Amino acid sequence: MANSNNKKTDRRKFFATTLQSVGLTALGGMLWSGYTHEVKASPLVLRPPGAIKEDDFLKACIKCGLCAEACQNRETNIDKETGLAKVGTLKMAKGGDHRLIGTPFFIPTEVPCYMCEDIPCVPVCPSGALDQLTVSNDKGELDINKASMGLAVVHKESCIAFWGIQCDACYRACPLLGEAITIEMHRNERTGKHTFMLPIVNDNACTGCGLCEIACVTEKPAIFVLPNEVSKGKAGDHYVKGWDKEDEKRIENAEAEETTTERSSQSSSDYLNSGDLY
Amino acid sequence: MKNIKYLLLRRATQIGLLILYFGANAYGWNILAGTFGSSLLFGFIPLADPYTTLQVLATGFVLGADVLLGALIITVFYMVVGGRAFCSWVCPINMVTDLANWLRRKLKLDKEEVNYRFLKRNTRYWIMVLGLIVSATVGVAAFEVLSPITIMQRGIIFGFGMGFAVVLAIFLFDLFGVKNGWCGHLCPLGAGYSLIGKASLIRVDHDHEACTNCMKCKIVCPENHVLHMVNKESIMVTDGECTNCGRCIDVCDDDALNFSIRSFAKKKIENN
Repeated sequence: MANSNNKKTDRRKFFATTLQSVGLTALGGMLWSGYTHEVKASPLVLRPPGAIKEDDFLKACIKCGLCAEACQNRETNIDKETGLAKVGTLKMAKGGDHRLIGTPFFIPTEVPCYMCEDIPCVPVCPSGALDQLTVSNDKGELDINKASMGLAVVHKESCIAFWGIQCDACYRACPLLGEAITIEMHRNERTGKHTFMLPIVNDNACTGCGLCEIACVTEKPAIFVLPNEVSKGKAGDHYVKGWDKEDEKRIENAEAEETTTERSSQSSSDYLNSGDLY
Repeated sequence: MKNIKYLLLRRATQIGLLILYFGANAYGWNILAGTFGSSLLFGFIPLADPYTTLQVLATGFVLGADVLLGALIITVFYMVVGGRAFCSWVCPINMVTDLANWLRRKLKLDKEEVNYRFLKRNTRYWIMVLGLIVSATVGVAAFEVLSPITIMQRGIIFGFGMGFAVVLAIFLFDLFGVKNGWCGHLCPLGAGYSLIGKASLIRVDHDHEACTNCMKCKIVCPENHVLHMVNKESIMVTDGECTNCGRCIDVCDDDALNFSIRSFAKKKIENN
């Protein structure tokens, strides 16, 4: 009798502790997931050249720091007098940086990317978070001009060139001079005898290195690099450049799609032809 | 000198490794670069932490071959020298928790220890599995987001920032919270290494005949349940949770504990 009672309490204890373990694990899992989900959300972060899409980058980066070490210790960054490395472009996010801890990033206004031709930071990546193929040309050679770390954006209200004052600091600082930033000339109607020389950033050439941002003369830079996810819009498949054969290819396999809303399910009103406009 | 031999050797190893990692960034040394997550030895041998690797794989990302090979090398290495040798001979957090543990003894905090019923030593295995599940659901290596180990290591290599708060938190938790709280109850990395080292070759061997039952070993041992055989029978410490730190060997005045090579054959003969 006593024996069966023991068995009963044993079983009860087993169920209770199992339930407790499972419950606490679920609690921990929710807290942990919530925290992790929050800290990985840092949309305004600039990654090293060759970084894959941010979502995948966060999965892939193993936080080893080999890219940052390669960046800091590249030949061009060694102080000739002391023989020591200067502060490199790439930083490893630490507590308080408001970027996912341990991942590499850079802040152009502190140290921009100098776009080394041999791209020391990319081939050292062991995990595949930095993809060599995205910064290689058709022959398979490294080509930093293919990098797309972000896109420079001009705030025309604070850019003094848009005021009519002559300034081409960003244009001159750009490593892809005349390609990534071009100068557009417009007549200054206010004075009637001057020219606006406006810096225009070209998305397909700009690598997002940030040299323009650090060169900008205004108190807070009027040209700044934003990550691609933030700085770029998307026209979608509904709009096609009919004059561009390449662009037309996009719709070769397009399928018709009809959306029905409360309004469109009724017969559309052909008010221009029906004559009851007035 | 006898009773701190392994302690000094461990500190030399831990600090030496950190100096090599630090120099790789600060002076461009090519001996040991990277961090524990993934490293490069002599500029060409990849090394990677098995649990970190598993987390990245759990997110669904197909990792580069370098990391997979590195994780394999590390796994095999610790299968030989004892999985948790990482914890006591390499991990920098070990210095923090050892200090907390030493202070606990000096301040006699253990005498007042509260029974933390909810925190059991097997909690770490739950956390280890949970870490992989969270990695898969959130899409980021979940333990790496808060791992004090790599936060401290990166802090030393690249600068701490607010990261020192995490290390301080671990210290306070171990000192005023649960005895051996972090390394002995929570750390999923250590849990992983416990599993890797279950059948490791290098083990502590106990000599029952020489033992005088002074229990000094059990006082210093951070995982003292693994020393269940002390003054009972002459067998090896085979529990994977033993960190091979050698503190028990250091403090033993009777030469009843020593490192030895595990012999699988000997055990069978004794059983017969």
